[in-house]
Amino acid sequence: MASKRKVGEAKLEKEELDLFVDAPPDDDDDDDGDDEDGDTSDSEESVYSGLEEEPSSEEEEEEDDNSSDSEDHGTEDTPNIPGPATDVTTGSAGTSSTERLDNRPPPDEYEFDSSDEEDIRNTVGNIPMEWYNDYPHIGYNLDGKKIMKPAKGDELDEFLNKMDNPDYWRTVKDKTTGEDVKLTDEELDIIQQIQSGKYPDKAYNPYEPYIDFFTHEKMIHPVTNRPRDKRSFIPSLVEKEKVSKLVHAIKMGWIKPRKARDDEPKYYDIWENDNQYTPDKRYQTHIPAPKLKLPGHEESYNPPPEYLPSEEEILAWNQADPEDRRQAFLSKKYDALRKVPAYAGFVKERFERCLDLYLCPRQRKMRANVTAEDLIPKLPKPRDLQPFPTTLSVVYEGHTDIVRCISVEPTGQWLVSGSDDETLRFWEVATGRCRKVLQLGGRVRSVAWCPNTAVCLVAAVVDNKVIIINPSLGDKLVYHSTDNLLNTYEAPESLETKLPVEWVAAEGKEHDTGIRLRIAHPKTIRQVTWHGKGDYFAVVMPDGGSMSVLIHQLTKRRSQNPFRKSKGLVQCVLFHPVRPFLFVATQRYVRVYNLLKQELTKKLMANCKWVSSMAVHPGGDNLIIGSYDSRLSWFDMDLSTKPYQTLRHHKRALRQVCYHKKYPLFASASDDGTVVICHGMVYSDLLQNPLIVPVKILRGHKVTKNLGALDCQFHPTQPWVFSCGADTTVRLYT
Amino acid sequence: MGRLMKKKYESGAATAYITRNRAINYLQISLPDFRRLCILKGVYPREPKNKKKANKGSTAPRTFYLMKDIQYLSHEPIINKFREFKVFVKKLKKAFAKAEHGRVETLQENKPVYKLDHIIKERYPTFVDALRDLDDCLCLVFLFATFPQTKNIPGDFVRRCRHLSVEFMNFIVAAKALKKVFLSIKGIYYQVEMQGQVVTWLVPYSFGFNAKACADVDFRVMAHFVEFYITMLGFVNFKLYTSLGLHYPPKLTFEAKLKDDDEKNPYCLESEATGERLAALSASLASVVTQNTEEDEVELDEFEDSRTLEAKQEEEKQKAFQKLFNGLKVFVSREVPREPIVFTVRSFGGEASWDRSVAMGATFDESDETITHQIMDRPKADRQYLSRYYIQPQWLFDCVNAKMLLPVEDYFPGVVLPPHLSPFVEYKEGDYVPPEKEALSRRQQGLDTGDAVSEEADVSEEEEEEEEEGKEEEEIDDEDDEEEEDEEDDDDDDDDEKEEEVQKVERKMPVKRKQDDVPETPPSNMKVKEGKLDYEDASSKANREEWEARKLAILMIPKKRKRLFEKLSKRERRKKHEAKKLTTKREEFEKSQKDMKKKQRLSNK
Repeated sequence: MASKRKVGEAKLEKEELDLFVDAPPDDDDDDDGDDEDGDTSDSEESVYSGLEEEPSSEEEEEEDDNSSDSEDHGTEDTPNIPGPATDVTTGSAGTSSTERLDNRPPPDEYEFDSSDEEDIRNTVGNIPMEWYNDYPHIGYNLDGKKIMKPAKGDELDEFLNKMDNPDYWRTVKDKTTGEDVKLTDEELDIIQQIQSGKYPDKAYNPYEPYIDFFTHEKMIHPVTNRPRDKRSFIPSLVEKEKVSKLVHAIKMGWIKPRKARDDEPKYYDIWENDNQYTPDKRYQTHIPAPKLKLPGHEESYNPPPEYLPSEEEILAWNQADPEDRRQAFLSKKYDALRKVPAYAGFVKERFERCLDLYLCPRQRKMRANVTAEDLIPKLPKPRDLQPFPTTLSVVYEGHTDIVRCISVEPTGQWLVSGSDDETLRFWEVATGRCRKVLQLGGRVRSVAWCPNTAVCLVAAVVDNKVIIINPSLGDKLVYHSTDNLLNTYEAPESLETKLPVEWVAAEGKEHDTGIRLRIAHPKTIRQVTWHGKGDYFAVVMPDGGSMSVLIHQLTKRRSQNPFRKSKGLVQCVLFHPVRPFLFVATQRYVRVYNLLKQELTKKLMANCKWVSSMAVHPGGDNLIIGSYDSRLSWFDMDLSTKPYQTLRHHKRALRQVCYHKKYPLFASASDDGTVVICHGMVYSDLLQNPLIVPVKILRGHKVTKNLGALDCQFHPTQPWVFSCGADTTVRLYT
Repeated sequence: MGRLMKKKYESGAATAYITRNRAINYLQISLPDFRRLCILKGVYPREPKNKKKANKGSTAPRTFYLMKDIQYLSHEPIINKFREFKVFVKKLKKAFAKAEHGRVETLQENKPVYKLDHIIKERYPTFVDALRDLDDCLCLVFLFATFPQTKNIPGDFVRRCRHLSVEFMNFIVAAKALKKVFLSIKGIYYQVEMQGQVVTWLVPYSFGFNAKACADVDFRVMAHFVEFYITMLGFVNFKLYTSLGLHYPPKLTFEAKLKDDDEKNPYCLESEATGERLAALSASLASVVTQNTEEDEVELDEFEDSRTLEAKQEEEKQKAFQKLFNGLKVFVSREVPREPIVFTVRSFGGEASWDRSVAMGATFDESDETITHQIMDRPKADRQYLSRYYIQPQWLFDCVNAKMLLPVEDYFPGVVLPPHLSPFVEYKEGDYVPPEKEALSRRQQGLDTGDAVSEEADVSEEEEEEEEEGKEEEEIDDEDDEEEEDEEDDDDDDDDEKEEEVQKVERKMPVKRKQDDVPETPPSNMKVKEGKLDYEDASSKANREEWEARKLAILMIPKKRKRLFEKLSKRERRKKHEAKKLTTKREEFEKSQKDMKKKQRLSNK
């Protein structure tokens, strides 16, 4: 308000200052005590006082204004709202607006005390008026007197009033006094304005043209005409003190200038005298990270055509997991360098390399610089280890089911084979002719030709019986003498048969077929094997408990049980070729008993899960064991109870192992249908290691019902081997 | 009583190794700080020989560090800086929260910083060690030089990486140390040799930064590496420059030669202009002392006496290789990536320039008549100068890899380019060698001057008939191959493999089997047939015997070597198979090419 008028006066700043300096007495006509005691000549003081007394001086000026302008006198006391647009104006636009505003004075907001808005005629306060419904009064006035309710007519009066009174529509009831109030025209206008959603004041224009406070033009007048403070041109003592302190501190060297910060690294010759460096232990144990593989042709942007993946390869690459891909990228050909795009996985690859560098555990690994060829042991050539069977010569066909067992006559002229078709067939080795077929009425599990050349006997196992057969083949004298030998038997008077074994001589028709004796046992028999002399033979009944091994004597038709107690599930037994030893193989061990002394001499660890078969070298020094876990263990009896060598030549379970009587050969038959012939030479010189070399893999048996070659036997004199298998054939390899 | 029992896990592997968590506890730092420390100090986990012992009996998967390494880390002064930084961050946060701006400023000015110089010296006690480890450093620095500045990639790093990479390239140009260049689909591989150390690095093609592809990349980790590598490369550059007697930071001999006013007054700051000119690689570096080239030769002469003739020849070859592009004046068109071209040309003694509007530092214009080669990557030039060859960029790189100037005809614009072979492949026996490589090596030996591959294509017509005759035999061979392939498919199943081998043998020797087998006729109609004579090929028999003997010998490989043997033989088989596959693919391709040509010829007639 005051400033507005000042602008109107438009005085220069300097003049104004002069005014202040020159005319202090004008200022202090009011309640200002400063100027009275102050020295007027001191310019500093006067300015200071002028600052203090600004409001009062303004008032005075206002009064001056009022005196000159009598029109506005009526609105003089109404407080002026300092509108932002109208407060200070500059330039010509400013003057015009002030003129307009002067014509229409703003409403005085402070005409009455609005701080306490409530109507004070009724002093009950802001309560629901219905509380006074039942009383004759409606509240209390300022003096504490009851304000009585005005007389109220009935409904009829009300109606008549409504009909007659033309101002009824603009009459409202004052709640606090209960009186009717007739609204004035202005009040009605306000209500109408509010109801129509407009500003209550009709005259108010919210869209007045906006007057810029500042303009881009340089004005000659200051924005505010406030005189400059005195302190603005008088040096500050406080600051002076502070500065002098700082100056002193700098002089004394307490404050130093801040060093310019230089973040650029400085490089120098860090390896100046690195030739004097002697590697320490840390340096030596450092494992440098392996360098990345250098790219091959396939990574070229223009690779040779053979490196480009075919469509299937691209498909497979896309479908594979990123970890499974052999190449992290697909080779692609671009016909020009400008067409090569940026590699999308570049940053990721670098990042992974970074991770490898600091997260990947490192280990120094010695890499053997060998090729596969170097690892193959140098063995003597099989050609130098001849003779051994090499080619399939004869196939003996005639059985209709699995051939389980074969046995060769000691002279090597005849061969007997037992099969699941319940027959025993006798073959002539040289021609492959089947000379005899014997129906035995049960599966033949084991067959063994008597090793004694003076007799002609075959022991066969059918279920729980051992059948002694005279095949009547070969030399007539021999098989007649055999019959005679059997007939000379006379039953002893005192039969002390503790064992449940029954010897029955065959008679009649059965005798004609060749069967001579039947030895019935309590349980199923698995194996029969002859002693070297041909008088004793042993049988194995795995379920027999303490009677799992029995030894029978043919001439005396006597049986005995060598063991009081069983030491496990007996798999097979074997007589030592020259000494009175009996080998008994249980699932994992082979026990060697001395039959004369009746004691356990040795226990061999078979080093396998389940022994299937066993064979002893004719010299008796070495033993081989075949097992169902496809291993063959070679024992040197004198050396150790553990296998000297374990051979894994077969892929599946071994069924039979056997030694050749004359040549240093042994063979193993397996379920994978192969028979492997090994050369096993033991030297008399103890310092020389035995030579065990596989010399031939004989294939021929077909694997049927998961069974391959089931038995193999060497020819007693020739380097030939017979094998039988689940494909119903017996084969001879020479 | 006797002596006390020795307690378990109180010595040996259990104390020599420490798990990561225990290491963090030991050092009393946070995991991110530990990682950062490991990156900076080059400490990495070790794989103990016996994990169970190192893990005190537990078999849980853990990463182990050497206890010695961790003790070594604990003496590192940078750990204290890490702690200081933590305190600094706390203070800064507090000041921010209190809106004490003056304090914030002071704090930020006193922000703790650390130097990595001593770590460089510790990790690389000799300069050669640093060079040996330069591969990863260069890869990352060159990559970061291409990055934009983001929240995780400090702009300062990018700028410094760019500086250092440019400095390094300038050194390579000055030392002529570049050996091989390879344009791969990932980027450009460069191989240099410095002080006997071979360093290879990969530079991405431009505009390679793709924020989407880098979604799961932790740039903080990379930034830690870069932080270290920047320091390392700075020192390496310094050493390299001083070893050649050059100024470091590099100075150019360029300024004196400036002709144009444009070049003298570029529209940028002088500091920026020098940086740009350095990055242009077109000017040579100023040396501290004036170089005396004769002196070098004298030194070499002294050496020559002691060396053998072969080494001398090698040296001469090397020198000739360094001068491969001597006398070449190459103009680079604007569509060709300038930096790799200029870098390569200049590293081998050539001169290179480009259009002035492309970048700063161009030394001559396109209109210069002395230009010998213009590199362009468009099928056709708008206007051609007769005095120069227009060639595609691959020519330069192929020349470098071949160590000789190749004939330009194959590389003319619009021509189908010969394949770009990797110079890094070392051919061992049994490996597949692409025919282009064979032709090239023949050319290198001076046996063949013409293009062998194309000649072959010309000659081949007469051969075609012969080939067709021989087809049947080939097919038989192919069957065998297929079997081999099958074999390789079932790697783990030994049994199958072996059995199949057996079958293969049976099939391979059908003649032999007939002789072996007794005919499978029932015994009832037994009769003697007239026998047929089977003539046995002596060589095949010998082969077969050999093969059998080998099989038997394989059976005798002891168990402990068996696995290794299987692994090795599998690897060999695979290699063979791959080589074979490539050969057949190539043959097929050539056949199809021939057919195409034939068809074209027919249609022309």
